[in-house]
Amino acid sequence: MSNNNNQRPVFLNLFLIRLPVTGVASIAHRISGAILLLLVPLLLYGLQLSLRGPEDFARVTGWLDQTWVRLAAIPVVWALAHHFFAGIRFLLMDLDCGLNVNTARVSAWLVLAAGAVTALVAAGCLL
Amino acid sequence: MSIRAQGLRTWLWQRLSAAYLAAFLLFSLAGWILAGPWDYVRWRALLTDPVYAVATALFFAALLLHGWVGGRDIVMDYVPAGALRFTALTLLALAVIVMGAWAVVILLLAQIT
Repeated sequence: MSNNNNQRPVFLNLFLIRLPVTGVASIAHRISGAILLLLVPLLLYGLQLSLRGPEDFARVTGWLDQTWVRLAAIPVVWALAHHFFAGIRFLLMDLDCGLNVNTARVSAWLVLAAGAVTALVAAGCLL
Repeated sequence: MSIRAQGLRTWLWQRLSAAYLAAFLLFSLAGWILAGPWDYVRWRALLTDPVYAVATALFFAALLLHGWVGGRDIVMDYVPAGALRFTALTLLALAVIVMGAWAVVILLLAQIT
């Protein structure tokens, strides 16, 4: 019996594993969360500057006018939007809503689409 | 099962903070868009308004709590138990504590200066 644990097949080729759409929504939720957590220091720095004085406030808004900052903001908007929508999906599932496999697949597609659409709208507004 | 069970309590905090983050973000985004354009004086007045300042402090508390639980889950999933995981969790905890203190300083400094 104790040997069974060692003889379980290990298959970790990420290029050959076909993740179901529910899995894609899930891992994207994790990746977007990690991105957002890493950006909190930047948010704090911007908030600090924006409250320090008129010149520093103008510096922060000046960054937001730069093209490369606006380009970089698009994946951040995606991360926030996807994390938001996928998070609401998980909250609903915690409330036993949408646990049926077919419903979960549809909602996963919807969540992925909503994040992508939000990023596209942001791209339209920012560029 | 007792709510004091460690994993269940963490699970609950993750959901409660998520609900607050979602509500605060929606409310703030709508307010920022509807009440724009913003200049320094108005932005400062908003962030030093007692109600919004407390709501923002709660936002950072919820954000960092949520980030701690999420980051902890990621570390525990991918870093094998041992010294490496302990180090990663310690660094994450330190980062979260420093960011929390930083947020408090920002909001308090805005109040008193």
